[in-house]
Amino acid sequence: MYFYTYDGSFEGLLTVVFEAFERKAWPTAIAQEQVAQPVIFGETIVVVTDEEKAQRVWKGLGKRLSEAALHQLYHTYLWEQQGFEQIIFDYIKLAFNSAQTIEGNYTAPCVLQVQQAAKQVHREKHRMEAFVRFQKTTDELYYAHIEPDFNVLPLIIRHFTKRYADQRWAIYDTRRCYGAFYDLQSTQFITLDVAPRKGLGVLPESAVMEEEHTYKQLWQVYFDHVNIPERKNPKLHLRHIPKRYWKYLSEKQPRRLA
Amino acid sequence: MNEKITEKLKILADAAKYDVSCSSSGGKRKNTNKGLGNAEGMGICHSYTEDGRCVSLLKILLTNHCIYDCAYCVTRKSNDIKRAAFTVQEVVDLTINFYRRNYIEGLFLSSGIFSNPDYTMERLVRIAKKLRQEEKFNGYIHLKTIPGASDELIKEAGLYADRLSVNIELPSEQSLVKLAPEKNYTEILLPMSNISQQLVQAKEEQKLFKSAPSFAPAGQSTQLIVGASAENDQQILQLSSDLYKNYSLKRVYYSGYVPVSADNRLPIITEPPIIRENRIYQADWLMRFYGFDVKEILDDQNPHLDLDIDPKLSWALRNRHVFPVELNTADYEMILRVPGIGVKSAKKIVSARRFAALNFEHLRQMGVVLKRAKYFITCNHKSLQPYDFDSQRIRNKILFGDGALRSPLLTQQLDLFKQVG
Repeated sequence: MYFYTYDGSFEGLLTVVFEAFERKAWPTAIAQEQVAQPVIFGETIVVVTDEEKAQRVWKGLGKRLSEAALHQLYHTYLWEQQGFEQIIFDYIKLAFNSAQTIEGNYTAPCVLQVQQAAKQVHREKHRMEAFVRFQKTTDELYYAHIEPDFNVLPLIIRHFTKRYADQRWAIYDTRRCYGAFYDLQSTQFITLDVAPRKGLGVLPESAVMEEEHTYKQLWQVYFDHVNIPERKNPKLHLRHIPKRYWKYLSEKQPRRLA
Repeated sequence: MNEKITEKLKILADAAKYDVSCSSSGGKRKNTNKGLGNAEGMGICHSYTEDGRCVSLLKILLTNHCIYDCAYCVTRKSNDIKRAAFTVQEVVDLTINFYRRNYIEGLFLSSGIFSNPDYTMERLVRIAKKLRQEEKFNGYIHLKTIPGASDELIKEAGLYADRLSVNIELPSEQSLVKLAPEKNYTEILLPMSNISQQLVQAKEEQKLFKSAPSFAPAGQSTQLIVGASAENDQQILQLSSDLYKNYSLKRVYYSGYVPVSADNRLPIITEPPIIRENRIYQADWLMRFYGFDVKEILDDQNPHLDLDIDPKLSWALRNRHVFPVELNTADYEMILRVPGIGVKSAKKIVSARRFAALNFEHLRQMGVVLKRAKYFITCNHKSLQPYDFDSQRIRNKILFGDGALRSPLLTQQLDLFKQVG
């Protein structure tokens, strides 16, 4: 029995794959260093992330898998749910051991699981692209917090960078404590020394532009008036925007009395 | 100042909401000028109204002043409502500021007709032009073309807009004469055919010269009102089918008539025909994505869609001779015709069966819904149904569950009680 630990990075996980193939010692479990439990039986292998080994695994996969499948694999890493490391390992092992491509072989559990995890992540990505609401701060920065179910920040950056090329913006993941910042040239990952207040919601009054209230209010007015009361359908409404996303949405915040 | 805008927004959003189109996809406008916005690829629904419709665009009328008196329309001249009009700059400011905060994908602009069609159309075009040229806005713009506006203006509109649409509203000339006496079919269909020619022409030119200007890259759409006039489902879907084929429309939208007027030219209804509208949309999907011809969905013997079951199931129950379909060998096109199996499931099935003979357990794991499909398929020549039920039995089992303890009649009565309560 072999228990692998790694530093939690994607490169680290690919290094685990490399080491396991090198030793032909297939993992019983793969866990992040800081959460791994000491084991009584079996061997624990502490893997140190190695850029070069990770690259070799990734390049090898590139020869066997399409771009889309590689994306799905990376999405599965960002999925972060229990057991994702093992799923990724099984998938890669199957890919290396099969003579023909494994893509679309939904009869193999790991292929199906990767497809399903990637779908969930993709959906959350799409939701974040839709539900982020920027507030304009006094220093002309368009700012938003998010708390996504999966780690989708790396996936949404491209979309926002292309879309908001002429405004400074930042999106901060308060659950994972890091963010992305665009300075009119390029987008960088950032961490803040002082973590933003837990939970989402509005920035302090003093930090936002006066016009922010105006446009938020106009948006609320708009939202209230596009509704057709005769067609009210709360079930459908909730299916499209489950309650846990309401915290992002300015149109779902209480109306300020004029 | 703000109060004035707020009041206008209330009135002009209210007046625009019966236009159901909200699509913001299919544009190819990239942000190449380091400006604001990007409208390539998929559309995004930024919110949903409480009636469950997507909010993707700032959908407003420029004004709800109108010289026409169409019976079905909330903005008709004779209706006693508050009137308002935005200025060009107000629409531009709202669009830009909503877009910068990631509220919307862009603008959907329509208008009541004031003075004359060209005067109105010219204003709409001016807003789109200002957004594109002065604000460097690359978000989505959907413009309504005003019936009767000149070709030149429509052509110019297509240069700035991603999508153009002309609403037919009433599915037959007869109804149009009755309910919208100032409009006529030629006036509506002519610009549609002009737009469709422009679309083709622009595509041809772009093949030759990359720099040729694009014309409404997301194509054109229209809307039909369901339930304000006497047309049956067959007439409505036949019209849609013709529009898709002959005018290369991207979308036909259907809007269940919401009673907005007590005009005696209209039927008296208390609730919008939401289920009927939904069935028509399903049938529309069958034509666009499932390879069905309108004549397979409805014919002279069956001119109405069944409100209790979806049109694909209806078709399957009338065509039992083509079932059961063996999922391991059948063509993709045939798998698509199985009730309950959608495009995604069909693709997964076709992909997975290259690796192993599929059984029902595989299907379950892949997330294929079998509730309706199980009566119409075999897997490795095995069926989940020990008996060969007749169509009526299958219909009842699907509608009322396998046990079918309750008789259909009873359930219908219970439903009636629910509606009354």
